[in-house]
Amino acid sequence: MSFPSIQISQGIHNLMEKLSVEQLKAKAKLVRRHIVEMTGAAASGHPGGSLSATEMLVALYFNLMDHNPQDPQWPDRDRLILSKGHASPALYAALAESGYFDPKTLTDFRKLGSPLQGHPDRRRLPGVEASTGSLGQGLSMGIGMALARRLDKKNYYTYVITSDGEMNEGQTWEAAAMAAHHKVDHLIAFLDYNKFQLDDSTKNICDMEPVVEKWKAFRWHTLEIDGHDVKQILHAAEKAKKIKDQPVMIIAHTVKGKGVSFMEGNNAFHGVAPTREQVEKALKELS
Amino acid sequence: MQKILGKATRDAYGETLVEIGKMNSDVVVLDADLSKSTKSALFSEKFQERFFNVGIQEANLVGVAAGLASCGKIPFISSFASFLVSKGFDQFRMSVAFSELNVKVVGSHGGITVGEDGASQMSIEDIALMTSLPGFVVMVPSDEISTRTLVLETAKHLGPVYIRTGRPKAPVVHKAGTDFKIGKGVRLREGKDLTIIANGLEVFEALEAAERLAEDGISASVIDMHTVKPLDTDLILEEARRTGHILVAEEHQIWGGLGSAIATFLAKKHPCKMGFVAIQDTFAESGRAEELLEKYGLTHPHIIKAAKKILGR
Repeated sequence: MSFPSIQISQGIHNLMEKLSVEQLKAKAKLVRRHIVEMTGAAASGHPGGSLSATEMLVALYFNLMDHNPQDPQWPDRDRLILSKGHASPALYAALAESGYFDPKTLTDFRKLGSPLQGHPDRRRLPGVEASTGSLGQGLSMGIGMALARRLDKKNYYTYVITSDGEMNEGQTWEAAAMAAHHKVDHLIAFLDYNKFQLDDSTKNICDMEPVVEKWKAFRWHTLEIDGHDVKQILHAAEKAKKIKDQPVMIIAHTVKGKGVSFMEGNNAFHGVAPTREQVEKALKELS
Repeated sequence: MQKILGKATRDAYGETLVEIGKMNSDVVVLDADLSKSTKSALFSEKFQERFFNVGIQEANLVGVAAGLASCGKIPFISSFASFLVSKGFDQFRMSVAFSELNVKVVGSHGGITVGEDGASQMSIEDIALMTSLPGFVVMVPSDEISTRTLVLETAKHLGPVYIRTGRPKAPVVHKAGTDFKIGKGVRLREGKDLTIIANGLEVFEALEAAERLAEDGISASVIDMHTVKPLDTDLILEEARRTGHILVAEEHQIWGGLGSAIATFLAKKHPCKMGFVAIQDTFAESGRAEELLEKYGLTHPHIIKAAKKILGR
């Protein structure tokens, strides 16, 4: 007996070409420009944590993941969950540059009626795999997608971008324990470790160190990289793909606000948009 | 009314899950270390590879189910209603309801008839919480017969569903072969003086009350309103117009349950005399189920009293 369920694929399977390291670096700069412009136009949003996650998203969408902007529901696609949903500008920029929608509409970010909601909404924007914004929920959803893969005997990977702040959430550790126990593989998480959360540095709010040891203790295969080095991201992900019967956590050391001199390491830009003048200054730096 | 005890609604759920599992290989079942109590263990015995026990972690349970549903699986997740709904609530809100994902949630040990385990294990606010989430269907079946059909209908329904099941054996109130549809109440008795609308174990109490009221010359309709959301407003309006007196009985906190839903609807469409038999804004305690029903005002004498009060007799 068939029960209704929700996958709607167009059945078009031409995949995107994979960019080289040099091309990825150029794309990261372009995504950063979008982030600055979007948050500037919206006069709100979270530039700092978007800029720290940029290389990871670019490496995923333009090299690592098999996905198809013409057929966002293609069942065999690799999946990405942006668990730190406030970094939505970086995700939207990557989706637009991939061809999911016209980059010209990026500046509709946060405006009434726009699919580019403040935090990602899978119902409104094709290509968004999971609605996020309440921290701590992404890893669990990623486990579900990875278990579905196992049941369906498919080969896709589920990627999750989580953060240092999200490690404060209890659900993160429920998910960590359960994924290891159930030997969930094809699940690769990046931890955007930019050392800040909303109120202050992670050190001063709820220090989660030792971070690498924690994930190891939870029986995740753990890698540690520079999260702004595209080569290291690609290399770590290729290693992670080969790990069987174990989830992988790639701890990516990053700089909040990376790429814009006056935003780097400046937590004032966690949830505050740049002014018109700051946008212009930032775009000059990113030209 | 003769009390014929059937199976607990949680048993009917567990047995039906196995049937659904046979029908469709996309059905997966998850539990949070209470599968022997929720009865999802029956599924795990048959379909080991499609069953996931996540351990004592409700938030992650809900999130994993959402991920499975996003890939076309039909997850049924179970735990005690008290833990699942409260601890999984933000996950129901974000990962399921807001995400419009096809997750089926079955909270067992609903209400105060959990009994001896006491207040921490008793869910008396689950209906208020789950009906507040856009898109969720919310049901409280009354007996094993209705539970079987409604669980099957849940599998066929595309979208999130919450079902509350109960711990104790439930009196059989329905005839085998009765047609149950999500969102359609079942009239078990037709009267002309007042209408008692109930769900869960209160349906039996309502029938019992109606029988005694008849002895006093009061003719009462009894409706099993197994679905709280979407509410069967046609049936409620028909009854309100006909009898003009509506009494709601439920094993739930008076704030935000079936009574609130019906009162909100009737206030707009057909204001009439109403009464509410429910838990009066308090937590319960340990005791035998029947003692608790009596102490917290949910047995048929309480329904009879409330009925006479709104009828002014």
